[in-house]
Parts: sequence; C-alpha cells; structure tokens
Amino acid sequence: MIAGALVLTGCGGGGNSTSNSTATSSGSSSASKKSDLKIGLAYDVGGRGDQSFNDAAAAGLDKAKSELGVKTQESEATQGEPDSAKEERLRTLASAGFNPVIAVGFVYSAPLVKVAKEFPNTHFAIVDDLAVAPNISNLVFAEEQGSFLVGAAAALKSPAKHVGFIGGVDVPLIHKFQAGFEAGAKTAVPGIKIDVKYLTQPPDFSGFGDPAKGKTAGQGMYDAGADVVFAAAGGSGGGVFEAAKAKGKFAIGVDSDQAKTAAPAVKDVIITSMLKKVDVAVFDFIKSATEGTYNAGPRVYDLKAGGVDYSTTGGKVDDIKSKLDAYKADIVSGKITVPTK
Amino acid sequence: MKTALDPRRLLIGASAPVLALLFAVAVTSVVLATAGKDVWLTWQTLLQPQDFRRALVLTINQGTYIFLSALAVAIGFRMNLFNIGVDGQYRMGAFAGAVVGGAVTLPTGIHVVVIILVSMVVSALWAGIAGLLKVTRGVSEVISTIMLNAIATSLIAYMLRRVQVPVAGSNNIGTKPIPGSGRVPGLGLVPGTPAEIYGLVFLAIAAGIAYHVLLNRTRFGFDLRATGRSSTAAVASGVDVKRMVVVAMLISGAAAGLVGMPILLGEAYSYSITFPAGLGFTGIAVALLGRNSPIGMALAALLFGYLNVAANPLQILANVSTEVVAIIQGLILLSVVVAYEVVRRYRIAAEQRRVAREVQEDPVDSDGSGPSPAEVRA
Repeated sequence: MIAGALVLTGCGGGGNSTSNSTATSSGSSSASKKSDLKIGLAYDVGGRGDQSFNDAAAAGLDKAKSELGVKTQESEATQGEPDSAKEERLRTLASAGFNPVIAVGFVYSAPLVKVAKEFPNTHFAIVDDLAVAPNISNLVFAEEQGSFLVGAAAALKSPAKHVGFIGGVDVPLIHKFQAGFEAGAKTAVPGIKIDVKYLTQPPDFSGFGDPAKGKTAGQGMYDAGADVVFAAAGGSGGGVFEAAKAKGKFAIGVDSDQAKTAAPAVKDVIITSMLKKVDVAVFDFIKSATEGTYNAGPRVYDLKAGGVDYSTTGGKVDDIKSKLDAYKADIVSGKITVPTK
Repeated sequence: MKTALDPRRLLIGASAPVLALLFAVAVTSVVLATAGKDVWLTWQTLLQPQDFRRALVLTINQGTYIFLSALAVAIGFRMNLFNIGVDGQYRMGAFAGAVVGGAVTLPTGIHVVVIILVSMVVSALWAGIAGLLKVTRGVSEVISTIMLNAIATSLIAYMLRRVQVPVAGSNNIGTKPIPGSGRVPGLGLVPGTPAEIYGLVFLAIAAGIAYHVLLNRTRFGFDLRATGRSSTAAVASGVDVKRMVVVAMLISGAAAGLVGMPILLGEAYSYSITFPAGLGFTGIAVALLGRNSPIGMALAALLFGYLNVAANPLQILANVSTEVVAIIQGLILLSVVVAYEVVRRYRIAAEQRRVAREVQEDPVDSDGSGPSPAEVRA
C-alpha cells in the first residue's frame, strides 16, 4: 500500500496529451530532445518499494529522470492477474504515447510479444527475458557468474565447510543463482556441504518479500551447521540477516550492495553481495533511447560487462579478494564456464 | 408474503445495491481526496474508458471466469458450506486439464470436452476430500479447504517440475501447450475492436442456468437448500445430510473445475507459473455480492471485472495506484452487506407499520384472518 502512494511522481495528465505524441521508430529517427521522451515502465507484482528487483528498476528510472530529464510513468501488476491484464498494461502505456516502454520481469514475456506486434513504432525493453520481436530489447543478466563468485567467497569463509543457499521462489530464474553458487563453492572448496532451501513455490511469490520466512529458513540452516548463507530472496533476505546476527554467523546479500542498504543492525553480518545491476541496465537503456541508439535483441549484462559482480563493502572479503578476482578473470576469459542449472 | 411483483418491494430490493454503490463511491472519493488525488479525473477515467469496445470485451472475459468462481462458491453457500477451497480446486483442475490436454491428440471438440471433464473431475475430487473429512471426522470445511489450497500450491509446483517444458527464451516454465484441436477460439462479437470474447462465455451462461435449475427445480436442489437452512429439519424429513455434504462439495468442486477453463483454453493454452491464482477468493466476494442468485452474481462478476480492467488506465492515465481498485471493491462489498441489513430492517419495520395500521382500521377482525401482533413481531 505504501508502494502505491509512492508511484505517483511524474507525468500528470497523460490522458489528454496522447493525440499529438508521434512514436519514434526504433533506432532510426533520433535526436529527440531529452525532455520529450516519455518512458513507460511496468513492474512485476510488488512494484516500487519491494526492496528488491522492482526497486532496482525504479532506481534506474529515477536516475534517468533526474539526469536525463525524461518523463516517466509507472504501473504495477496485481497478484493473480491474467496475462490479458499485463497485455492491457503495456497496451495502455504504448497507446498513451509512452515510448520506449520497459517491462520488468519475465512474467511480461508472452504479453509483450503480442503488444509489440500491435505497436511496431513503439520500442520495448524487457528485463530478464529473451522475448523476440523487431522492437524488443532484452536486458538479461548472467546471474550464475556473479553467484559463482559469492559461492566461492562463502566456501572460503566457512571453517566448517558448510554453506547454505536460500532462494526466494522456486523458479528457473533463481535456479541460475543456485547453480552458480554451488559451482563456485565446490570449485573453491571441493567436498563442501551445501544446503538448499526455497521459501515459496509459484504461484505464491511471497518468498521474495517475506522476512519472517527468510528468518525461519535462515535459523534452520545455521542450526544445522552452515556458516555462511546466500539469500537470493529479495526482501526476504532481511530475515536471513537477522538470523545470522542472532547466531553469530554470516550471510550474503543479493541484487544491490546490501551491506550498504540493509538495516544498520545487521549490516556487519553481510560479507558480500551478488550485485545484479538492474538499475544500470534500465538507465543505460533509457540513455541510449534518448540518444536514439538502442538496438533490438539481447544485451547481456555479465561479469565482463559489469552487469553482475560481488561487493566488497565492509572489508570482510578483503583477505580472499585476490582469489575471487582470479576466478573472475577466469570466467571473463572463458576459462571457467559457469553452469546455469 | 405478498406477490413477488409488488412494485414497492422491488423498489426496496433494488435500493440496497444502489445505495451501497453510492456509498462506496462517496467513501472512495473521500479516500482519493485525502490522498491528494484528482477525484474528478479518477471517476472520469473509470467511467469513460478510452477504448470502450475493448474494455467491454475484457470486462466480459474477466466476468466469465469470476462468475464461474462465484457459482462454485454459491453452491456451497446454499448448503451452508463455506468452500474457501475453490482457489486450490480450480488450480488443481486446470493443471490436470492442461497436462492431459497437452499430452493427447484428439479430434477438435472432443479434445476440449476431455480437458474440461478432466478439470471438473480433479477439482471435484480435491473438494471431495474436504467433504469426506467433514462427514467422517467432523473437520470444518473452512479449515480443511484453506489447508488444501496450500497443499494444492505445493503439489502443483512439484508436479509442474516433472512435466515442465521451458517456454522458449523465457524464465517461465509451463505444461506442454495444448494443440489447436483443444483450444476454444475467441468470438469477435463486439465490432470495431480486434479483442475477442472467450468462446467459453457460453459455458458460463449454461453453468448459470444449470445452477438455477438444479437448485430451484429439482428434488436434489430442494434437499440441498433445506439442509442449508436447518440440517436437523432436513434429517427429520428424510434427507441423508452426510451424503448431501459430500455431494454438495463434489458439485461445488466440479463447478470450480470450470473456473480456469476460459483462460486455459481461450488464452494461455498451457499451465505456467504465471497462471492466475486467487480467483477463488474473488468468487467468494462476488457470491456474497450477488446473494447467490445467478443474475446477481453475473452482474457482480461483470462489475468486478470492469473494475479490474479499469485498474491499468487508472494507474497510467489518472496516476491512481491499483490499490484504489481493491479499495473500491472492498467498499462495495462492505456497504452492500450493510445496505442489505438496513433494507431488511426497514422492510420489517414497514411491514409492521402496515399491519398495525390495517389492524387499527379493521379492529373487528379477530378471528384469525388478519395477522396477530405476535406474528407481526416474528
């Protein structure tokens, strides 16, 4: 509900000014004045204020608004809506003259393909999905590569050779985090024990925003002997950090540098975070849109491109930084191929 | 009781929902104004869709499955059973239907019927568990159906992993898509828009008629309503109440099996992790709003459908968050319940006044042809 109150900035009367807005065709027509660009952004369930994935996209949008002077309009999904509602959201944005329109999350995949066909002169972008159309840009991430590094960090920081992985919701996207984490941990410390737990099963997506569930799962893992737990669980990660604090153990954050953004009381348990720079991707895309230089097709944000990484805030991984950076170099050079499932 | 067509009674009957709607509009306006929103723009956006024809089609489509969900809940209500489990039941059914539908090759038409029947049977069996628990172990169906919803979620997630096919280029996973022979094409009934109405809208209409006939024109329906009113009286008149509980849950579940069908066969063709959840709860609200009457529930379903459809334009064109739609829906429901109670009391009071007046005007009528004061008070 608080999220709702926050989604209220920018672009007042979109309804009346739609008739004169001519869509710029992708890439070719350029040099639109910065303030002319009206960006539409459709969130996944949770929307702005979820302290996770959607908030990362919102951060990119906010940065674009303040630095590039674009106008923006946001809209979020409701729990349990059918694909037709997602279609309608994208269609409403496109027909109100927003261009480009950014869809946040793979749930928009099928609806976006349909709507992109209806609006060939509007450019679309989708985060975390490879939906194909001549006017869709895909902002995708190599989550497994960043997860490999924090997996290695977890293993190297575990005296008991026992680490844990907590996924928010049991979906293929989070399986990529798990695969990378396991590969990294096993590479760094062969024979390490890895516990895995998912908080909820789809269609229950509450596992991405329920700290209580994270805390219970975290306590269980620390009680079972894990030293370091990777919380790839969005807003639920806060609970895992609390559990780590209570048990005197360590945790790893996700998406943003959580040693900076988490509650002050638990910051010191976060040894590193797997950075997934959705904000950078969204900002880059909008920036290229203002310059008229965007292209359709996938843009992969991997280690090489700096789209994923591990964080060093707090200095808790300084002693193993050389090892981690060596792994990083091997992944970038292709010497190590990180599995995705 | 006087004749059903007494205009005064009709007026009073219609006044409840109208009053409730006005009250909900008034309170919502206050909420909007308090939040600093443009109240006028909000209602304008809500009441004047940019593309009326498309909004109409989408409203009918949403109304179709919301109505089916309300129907499933209402069958339980008439029997005094609170089937909160419609949500889990329709998802179990739709998942089973999607798996079978994607696995078999059958002629057009038969394929559709098979999928629908599989969904109805699986949903009915899932609901039947709650019925059996109630009659054999005395477990309240409220508790058991809530639990079964949670179990359905986990079970579907587990089984989806076994049968999943990846959706190309996406992080979504789903069942194997149902081939063309198992799909129900949309109908371009509304001219001037490419949007199509679900072909299964006729299934919803047929289900509504079947519900009316079953409950009001059959012995079974009479027994069901009698049991719902008073199970002890039903036992006294020879109804096997335990059997009725199980059968009512099975029928309610079978109706729940229809809820996912318009989406599965008319739009999604596959049960993926983005398949809509939570429609069972919308059904409870709509059944309450429609007072279990097929017409009332159809109107309420369309109203809820329309409000859902309006959520996007509200957000994008009027800068009002989607939660406002949920607030309006909640307020309508709340005020309808209150309004019905107010109108019911008013009706009783009016009846008492009328009878009192008649008794006064005709004081010699003491041989029982007029109602006694005791009767009036009752």
